[in-house]
Amino acid sequence: MSTATAVTARPDAKRPRGARLSPAVLILFALGAFLVLSAVRAVTGGNDLTSSGTVAAGLSAAVPIGLAGLGGLWSERAGVVNIGLEGMMILGTWGCAYVGWDHGAWAGLVFGTLLGAAGGLVHAVATVSFGVDHIISGVAVNIIAPGLTLYLTKVTFAHYPGGGQKQSPPIGDAGSVTLPFSGWLRGIENHHWFAVSDLAGLLGGLVTRLSLVTVLAAVVVAASAWLLWRTAFGLRLRSCGEAPHAAESLGVNVYKYKYIAVVTSGAMAGLGGAALAISAHQFRDGQTGGRGFIGLAALIFGNWRPGSLAAGAGLFGYTDAIQLRSSSAVHPLLLLMAIALVLVAIWQWRTGQRAIAAVAVVIAVLAVLWYSETDRVPDELVGTTPYVVTILVLALASQRLRMPKADGRVYRRGEET
Amino acid sequence: MSAASGTAGSVSLLGRLRQRYPLRSVLLGLAAPVGAVLFALLASSVILSLGGHNPSTVFHTMLKQAGRPTSFVDMVNQSMVYYLSAVAVSIGFRMNLFNIGVEGQYSLAALGAAYVGGQLTGGGPFHVVAEVLVAVLVGAAWAGIAGVLKVTRGVSEVISTIMLNAIAVGLGSYLLHKLGQSSGNNIQTKPIGASGQVAGLSYSGTQAKIFGFLFVAIAVGVAYWFIAGRTRFGFRIKATGLNEQAAVASGINVKRMTLVAMLMSGGVAGLVGLPELLGQTHTFSQTAQSGLGFAGIAIALLGRNSPVGMALAAVLWSFLGKSANQLDFIGVPREIAAIMQGVILLSVVIAYELVRRYRLVLQQKDVAAQLAATPAAPAGQAVTA
Repeated sequence: MSTATAVTARPDAKRPRGARLSPAVLILFALGAFLVLSAVRAVTGGNDLTSSGTVAAGLSAAVPIGLAGLGGLWSERAGVVNIGLEGMMILGTWGCAYVGWDHGAWAGLVFGTLLGAAGGLVHAVATVSFGVDHIISGVAVNIIAPGLTLYLTKVTFAHYPGGGQKQSPPIGDAGSVTLPFSGWLRGIENHHWFAVSDLAGLLGGLVTRLSLVTVLAAVVVAASAWLLWRTAFGLRLRSCGEAPHAAESLGVNVYKYKYIAVVTSGAMAGLGGAALAISAHQFRDGQTGGRGFIGLAALIFGNWRPGSLAAGAGLFGYTDAIQLRSSSAVHPLLLLMAIALVLVAIWQWRTGQRAIAAVAVVIAVLAVLWYSETDRVPDELVGTTPYVVTILVLALASQRLRMPKADGRVYRRGEET
Repeated sequence: MSAASGTAGSVSLLGRLRQRYPLRSVLLGLAAPVGAVLFALLASSVILSLGGHNPSTVFHTMLKQAGRPTSFVDMVNQSMVYYLSAVAVSIGFRMNLFNIGVEGQYSLAALGAAYVGGQLTGGGPFHVVAEVLVAVLVGAAWAGIAGVLKVTRGVSEVISTIMLNAIAVGLGSYLLHKLGQSSGNNIQTKPIGASGQVAGLSYSGTQAKIFGFLFVAIAVGVAYWFIAGRTRFGFRIKATGLNEQAAVASGINVKRMTLVAMLMSGGVAGLVGLPELLGQTHTFSQTAQSGLGFAGIAIALLGRNSPVGMALAAVLWSFLGKSANQLDFIGVPREIAAIMQGVILLSVVIAYELVRRYRLVLQQKDVAAQLAATPAAPAGQAVTA
């Protein structure tokens, strides 16, 4: 009896620190971040920080990143690391253009997703059936995909009207919706009131010329979250990423679930690539520009969970958009970073990690110094924001991160390692 | 007495060789790479045929191109660059460390070396030494970030080096704008003076020179062979890679070894950009070769971390890459070479795994046969006891 109570008591004892944050706390956090953002906007006068244009651009930049990250989520939750996301995304961009240029964007989206899934199948055959190291197989996919697509481009698109040696003919639009009250929001936004205009900008960006592909991406993220965390199928799939031998002993066909997960992962990355091609209205060589890797970063930033993954993708898309819209608007982001680092430092200090807190404060001071000593952040460095943020999160807050326990381990039925 | 030992020695030399490298094991070892190359040929033939090209014409063109003096020199030069990159990656592999960051390490290192080399004048041989030193230090420092994150915070080096690669791209182009000077519509560092350049070797039939860095690449290979296979340090690295718990139990400081291996890997990675920089371009610009780090990963895997194996793999890799340049002239996209490289990599690792499984089966059969040959009585006693 006593052992049973001890076992059940332990998780409760741990709850306050290690457990998930409650929705109310999360909302408070989001509200706080929003107020800080609008304060920084009001103080520095960087109106592009919260303009509806930036938000809209950030949202469409976040879609490919988020879908790539979602691909990573599917595969890593089943225990297979997928570094080949970038390659599968490239397959998606090409596939979308191949069908999309004359059959319309939606047909292209479907075919791009299928090609991405084919890339996932290659990764699944290598890692699940043949037990190849996951990273190696991913690197191979990343070598093959750009070569294959460029080869195919030269064989196909080069002979099509409007196509070229390194690009496809234009792809049509996927359609978009604008909600009726977006003009009214725009009016409020232009007053530049503290918080109110910022909120209007935020909402305005979300409802003005919202691409249907973005809507689809949101649905796919929500559906994946429901499938993976609210169904028996999802529980079994995740058990393959945590304890495959235990799962097998309970009758779960681990190979089958890993195959499903990795092929779906490729499909998600392919969908992300297709979304990218549609928003750029064509396929171009080198179009993905490392977004598969940023998706991986968003996955880690989001602690292998769909909601925070989407938030991470949103953050990275936002920094991407703000850099494109006005590089001077990036400058205030340094202050935001410093504030976030100070918060991290306080939290780490309270959990007893004094050394990490000190490092965080030092970086925060450097960021403030950088802000005060310069007028703008060099364009070349702005693009590195997602990567710097990911490294900072890993370095300063990694005790909150927990990847699936058997992630990246080669599993063979009947061979306990 | 002396005669007898002499004949015994000559007999046992062959015998020892055979004992150390049994025929079956040698054949199995060759089966994987040869099978992978054949499979890649098959796969690319299918792709070429689907694209409406004749595979045999393509392969013939590639072979002919490789025989030309200019492209031969090109291939040798590319091979040594690939080889350095592969050695850098394999130092990490020995310890189960995956240094994906060679890409970022060598590009920043080459930029640093080009800048320092351009600033210095004279100094005789120390000019080159200074450049190499800067490259090694920059490469090691950039890799060291991942190493420190790994040992202090347990951050996977795969993730941190991917991130550091992307940061290196931005940082590199920022520094190039800051430190470089524009020439035409390209920005480059100040050209390195004569004393900071490394002379090339002539090859008959072409103006192109084989980079003098060839000797450095060979020296790195020999040093790698010696340190990894013949020293206590190399043994500790290998032991840590094979079984970390056992290494800790035998008194190896795993954290320190991880950091040192990462620094060494980054240091060698720093050399990757130098053959071209010091032997040909003498300045760093945005047109400097990229993608060498990822090629290094593939070559290290193909050559199975062996100093000789990686050299062969580097030659194969550069043969495919360089000989394909000619294909554009016969209307075949040269990217078929990249496809072949990727397929070779994937099929070689699959083939190694299949061979490993087959070896296990053979071993089990051998053991079973040996057990069957021994008298059954003791076994029976053991069972009853």
